[in-house]
Amino acid sequence: MVFSSTTLRRTVATSVVTVTLAFGPLLSAIAQTISLSGAGATFPEPLYQRYFAEFQKKNPGIQVNYQGIGSGGGIKQMTAGTVDFAASDTAMTDKEAAEVERGVVFVPTAGGPVAAVYNLPGVSQSLKLSQEVLPAIFAGQITRWNDPKIAADNPGVNLPDRPIRLAVRADSSGTTFIFTNALSAMDPYFKGRVGADKAPRWPGRPLSAKGNPGVAQTVKRTPFTIGYVEASFANENQLQTALVENEKGAYVAPTIENANRALENVEFDPDFRVDFEKLGAPADGYPITGLTWMMVYKQYPDAAKADAVKKLVQYSLTEGQALNDDLTYTEIPDEVAQQVIQAVNSTVTTGGSASR
Amino acid sequence: MKEPLETARSPSRAGISLFHPSPEAELNITTTSRWDLWLEQGFTWLLCGFALSTVVLLFWISWVIYQQARPAIQEYGLGFLWSQDWDVAGLAFGALPYIYGTLVSSAIALLIAVPVGLAVAIVTSENFLPLAVRSPLGFLVELIAAIPSVIIGLWGLFVLIPVLRPVQQVLYDYFKWTPLFSTEPFGPGLLTAGVILAIMILPTMAAISREVLLAVPQELRSASMSLGATRWETIFSLLLPAGVSGILGAAMLALGRALGETMAVTMVIGNSPYISASLLDAGYTIPALLANEFPEALEGLHIGALMYLALILFAITLLVNIAAVLLVWLIGLQRGMVLNR
Amino acid sequence: MTATPADSNPEVLAAELKRPLPKGRVLFSTGMSAIAFGLTGLALLPLLAILIEILRQGVPHLKWEVFVSLPAPAGMENTANGFANAILGTLIMVGIASVISIPIGVMTGIFLSELGQGAGGSSPLKAIASAIRFIATILSGVPSIIAGVFAYGVIVLATKQFSAVAGGVALAVLMLPIVTLTTEEALKLVPTSQRLASAALGANRLQTIFRIVVTSALSGITTGVLLAVARAAGETAPLLFTALFSQNWPQGLFNPTPSLSVLIYNYAFSPFVEQNQIAWTASLVLVGLVLLISILSRLVTRRNLMR
Repeated sequence: MVFSSTTLRRTVATSVVTVTLAFGPLLSAIAQTISLSGAGATFPEPLYQRYFAEFQKKNPGIQVNYQGIGSGGGIKQMTAGTVDFAASDTAMTDKEAAEVERGVVFVPTAGGPVAAVYNLPGVSQSLKLSQEVLPAIFAGQITRWNDPKIAADNPGVNLPDRPIRLAVRADSSGTTFIFTNALSAMDPYFKGRVGADKAPRWPGRPLSAKGNPGVAQTVKRTPFTIGYVEASFANENQLQTALVENEKGAYVAPTIENANRALENVEFDPDFRVDFEKLGAPADGYPITGLTWMMVYKQYPDAAKADAVKKLVQYSLTEGQALNDDLTYTEIPDEVAQQVIQAVNSTVTTGGSASR
Repeated sequence: MKEPLETARSPSRAGISLFHPSPEAELNITTTSRWDLWLEQGFTWLLCGFALSTVVLLFWISWVIYQQARPAIQEYGLGFLWSQDWDVAGLAFGALPYIYGTLVSSAIALLIAVPVGLAVAIVTSENFLPLAVRSPLGFLVELIAAIPSVIIGLWGLFVLIPVLRPVQQVLYDYFKWTPLFSTEPFGPGLLTAGVILAIMILPTMAAISREVLLAVPQELRSASMSLGATRWETIFSLLLPAGVSGILGAAMLALGRALGETMAVTMVIGNSPYISASLLDAGYTIPALLANEFPEALEGLHIGALMYLALILFAITLLVNIAAVLLVWLIGLQRGMVLNR
Repeated sequence: MTATPADSNPEVLAAELKRPLPKGRVLFSTGMSAIAFGLTGLALLPLLAILIEILRQGVPHLKWEVFVSLPAPAGMENTANGFANAILGTLIMVGIASVISIPIGVMTGIFLSELGQGAGGSSPLKAIASAIRFIATILSGVPSIIAGVFAYGVIVLATKQFSAVAGGVALAVLMLPIVTLTTEEALKLVPTSQRLASAALGANRLQTIFRIVVTSALSGITTGVLLAVARAAGETAPLLFTALFSQNWPQGLFNPTPSLSVLIYNYAFSPFVEQNQIAWTASLVLVGLVLLISILSRLVTRRNLMR
């Protein structure tokens, strides 16, 4: 009995110490920092993590937290009001935007190529995939690696006699939209069978994984798969990357230069969204190139948050842009960036009680 | 107890009168004071209230899920159970591939974990090894239960899949004529998920079976051995039949854990919503689907379909648990009748 | 007892006793032993493989800085990289879950063991208790992801924030049945004679329960609580859409909160090598934490047995 009560006392003492340890720094941290929480696309996640780390160094009073949960997730959480800002590679459709009670402003932040990546042991040179072959693979018309159509574009490559496994996104994804949008522009059959969507119905029993990181890992670890990821994920994972035929008939790699060339003629709407059909069929450069948007509310519950968001947008579109190139993203043209900053500064307000 | 009882906040009359005897105080040990009675009643209700919160919680969870599932239940009814379509863009949803994947991967896990778990339980409960060896051995196996599932998934992805791939290739090369191994292997899939789940439920299976075997009285073993049975004959004709209800209970508990496992499975099953007879093919389970699609499901019908699946998963685990309780009860009943005869 | 022929002839008896077992039975025994030991080895293999892998990948990057710094953004070199915030977040959420689930669980366990069975309980209480025991068993089988869905629906949507509280509630749902059922088991082990002795000395039921029964079973209860804490600390699925994650220090209980398990899940798939390394190091820390708790609970029980 003596022992037991000692245990009891010890248990209590330990828990008190633990709780103090756990909550001590917390209480001091709560003090007066403003914290912004965001979630959404995984496509620009490495870029945003970098932006926000630098931003916090310059603005010690503001903490920004961003989690890549997929573009669809970003749109959902924006609508549910559980975040302060979100990100999506498809911006939002008019219908989606209408459901955000606090209103939404679109902030284009970067662009980038989506690479077609594959895992073929024993094949060292980059595969060339034509505007006919690539959609046919993802529409389930070409099902084996040694298909004559693939072989015709790749003379001398020793293609294995193996089935092609698609590796796609398990979550609703902007990268998927960019990819299927471009493939739909290349091939009417693909457009009818799969179509441009964040979460289409793929043929041929694909493997799926969450986020760009998940697909990249799946392709990296599973021989005879083919998938698609934002180019920086392909580079960092050292995945085999296909050269894709563009409008001009050249086989091009998913590089920043080629992506910039593809985005040269993109025209932004007044609300800074774009015409996705045009985006999916660039006249030159890398044919599968997309843009990504940050989405902020028009109304915030308090002035401090609204100010913090304005500062964040300002930073992302000025100093932040300088980081894009480092991480293989394209930059937003200067004049567009200035217009966006102005639009955000004038429309984001402290609108009463918000949606609560 | 070191301290006398009177220091308790609720003084007992009997105690007081014992220690302070005075002429007018009666020593009353037959009735409890009203105060005590109230206290006890109040306490009983308090505890009862706490206990009922468990019930409230279960119904609350069911209600929250049912509320969100309603759009899909109204739209699809029971047809949801055997529809195979899952098209988020086209808003067409069916549950069968997920139910199939959940059941098949758990079945594989059970098929592996039951014999292995029993072997561990036998080795660590009988006197094959000195006590100093078999006790830590049992502890080691139980340690697996302490490893977070996301880490087991990580290990599965980086270590197990490369190890299993050649095994799968052999299975395919020699057994492709059976439907079970009829597709070309690529690593992740139902079989891999089954193996990962087997590893995860092994400690449950082993630990409970061990307890069950240890509970069989030592005299029975001695009796069996003195009649000339070998150790294994004793195990098969005495220990296992004696412990069968407990072992079945362990298997059911393990099955329950396998059905609900999320992270490790989604990392190795391939997440492919199709039904394939081949165990080498990819599959999808209900928890994995929830983890992947719930955070971004936007349309009411999509959320509804996911919650409908959650409800189905809930119902399956409920059935397994009820089956476990019933089995244990039935076998106990039978045993009792045998003994009474 | 009537003498059998063997009894009457000691030599025949001795020969009978010394006759080796038939080959078939010997073979069966050895064969089964070999299979049993083989399967036990097979069971230990994954555990050892997992532990070795975690040590091999985790130890090289286990530096002091991982315990004190925040996760560095990808691609930034020469920045201290760590997961101090995730450790703190895990502690906070497990703490919240404990504060909710331990009192309720222990009280429910006491109810089940002390009022719901044995000679003391009246029959309606008994019926309630067996119903509650069944429901607690069902609750212990609730998949962790469903606990997350529940907490998202009840807390996140109501407060419009991913938060430590939502994560804590999800974990509490998972801990509650474990605490309840293990508390009941621990209390059941206390001999009835102790309860009777206490009652005979004039203690009322309240005193008996708290000063005699609970005190003797304290180590058993602690074991159950520690097991529940270990389970909660390792959970990922219910935190994915309740607590979310954060690159920063936890900002109060109603903000997105990082945790070790979600950090591991995020970083395991990351394209950046340094984040993969951090994932393994975090695994090492998390496994270390959880194993420590498990072993602690073992020790508590063992002391109890030796007493």
